[in-house]
Amino acid sequence: METLIWNLFDVLLLTALLALGWSALSTSNLRKGIALFIAFGLVLSLIWARLKAPDIALAEAAIGTGLTGALLLAALRDEESAPAETSVQEPGNRFYAYLLMLVTIILTLILGWGLIDALMNRQHPGLAYDVFAQLDQSGVSNPVTAVLLNFRAYDTFLELAVLLAAVLGIRSLNITRQPYLKAGPVLSGLTVWLVPVLILMSAYLLWVGAHAPGGAFQAGAVLAAAGVLLRLSGYPAAGLPARLLIRRAFMIIGVLVFAMIGLGLMVLGRGFLDYPVAWSGSLILLIETAATLSIATILIMAFLAGESGEPEHQEKPSC
Amino acid sequence: MTELIAIALITVGLMFFIAGSIGLLRLPDLYSRLHALTKADNVGLGMMILGIIIISGDLLTSLKLILVWLLVLASSAASAHLIAQRARRRERGLWKP
Amino acid sequence: MLSVPLIYGLAGILLFTFALRVALSRVAFLRRVLAINVAGAGIFLVFIATAYKGAEQAADPVPHALVLTGIVVAFSATALAIALARRLNRSADND
Repeated sequence: METLIWNLFDVLLLTALLALGWSALSTSNLRKGIALFIAFGLVLSLIWARLKAPDIALAEAAIGTGLTGALLLAALRDEESAPAETSVQEPGNRFYAYLLMLVTIILTLILGWGLIDALMNRQHPGLAYDVFAQLDQSGVSNPVTAVLLNFRAYDTFLELAVLLAAVLGIRSLNITRQPYLKAGPVLSGLTVWLVPVLILMSAYLLWVGAHAPGGAFQAGAVLAAAGVLLRLSGYPAAGLPARLLIRRAFMIIGVLVFAMIGLGLMVLGRGFLDYPVAWSGSLILLIETAATLSIATILIMAFLAGESGEPEHQEKPSC
Repeated sequence: MTELIAIALITVGLMFFIAGSIGLLRLPDLYSRLHALTKADNVGLGMMILGIIIISGDLLTSLKLILVWLLVLASSAASAHLIAQRARRRERGLWKP
Repeated sequence: MLSVPLIYGLAGILLFTFALRVALSRVAFLRRVLAINVAGAGIFLVFIATAYKGAEQAADPVPHALVLTGIVVAFSATALAIALARRLNRSADND
């Protein structure tokens, strides 16, 4: 009986997911499509929670759905105010459309066969056994945090560098920002109450990431959501520090702390990012704090440069 | 016994959600749809959270769930207001001094 | 045979190929960005579905870490793509 209920739940979730995904990409109105994409992201977060991936559910709800949805809506608003006259409108090539359909069907069949074959014939224990065997020496008890910040810390270090490179690329395009109208009483009341709660929640997620679902990425995303909320309420700085130097410092502090800890450990004779077991908890917390600040600043800046704006005047690059 | 109360509360919450969804699909006007959606979903969520609190029995979890409910109340009220305000402005035109 | 990883993985593959087809078609730019995001969601679904090891056992954390990284990087790639498109629009209009 219980498995039947679970199967029913799975069928409902998957039907909702596929239906929302199909309709988000097939409606004629782009605004409806983005709203359906946000709903799609919500169902996807539920699926992550069902598949025992609560860390992913938190990150998906905050970044994949919330911030991406806000970014897409801001981009749509800009495109509607300055429509692209240069879009190619020649009639679609029938041959290309049929070829694309054929390639899609073949790709689906190949991938589907690969998945079925992998699940039935090539079961491999994977690295999970090794992770759980070494978990108590990693300094944290949340296995995802242990993998992210201890066993594969090098990958996370490179990922922070990729984020930094992306935001530098965005800022180098010199897109000017047009702020939103100052909010009315309802929205500013909501902002006044929500932003402190979000800051507190971000600190909590950062701290609790060591032993429960949470961590630097989720905390940074919640902080970025607070910044986006401030921006939408009419504060053009979006909560970022006013001084240019401090803003730049926040952007790079994640990569910097990571690199300095890694090199420091090399100076002490160990490998790059090879934490001594007694210090791993504290080192991980230090790195996560710097990473939270960095991720929040980078996500806010990525959102700000996705803002609408006619270039009325060339302002000094504010990054 | 407590489980029965919890199940009853969650079912009541579910019925509120169903009513809100039917209202979303069937009511004619934007404003009446907003009304049905927010009122039904706030109370529906409240009933469900009350039921979950009775099942869990843990103080810390209950406080977190009540915080969730308060946040949903605040944000849904604010967004319903903003949507209705925008629709009103579109009908009447922007405010002229 | 019909296990949880299988049905979620197949759904992920369907999402991925359908969204890839939309991304490669002649549609508006923002719709293609949307399609790339949905395709990414499909790939993540395949990862997490194969990391699910049953209701009693804990899930495999290594694909979880990979997907967490992927979600954040996908957002930054979307932001960069939108910024590039806006910059291209601006220079095209200023000719």
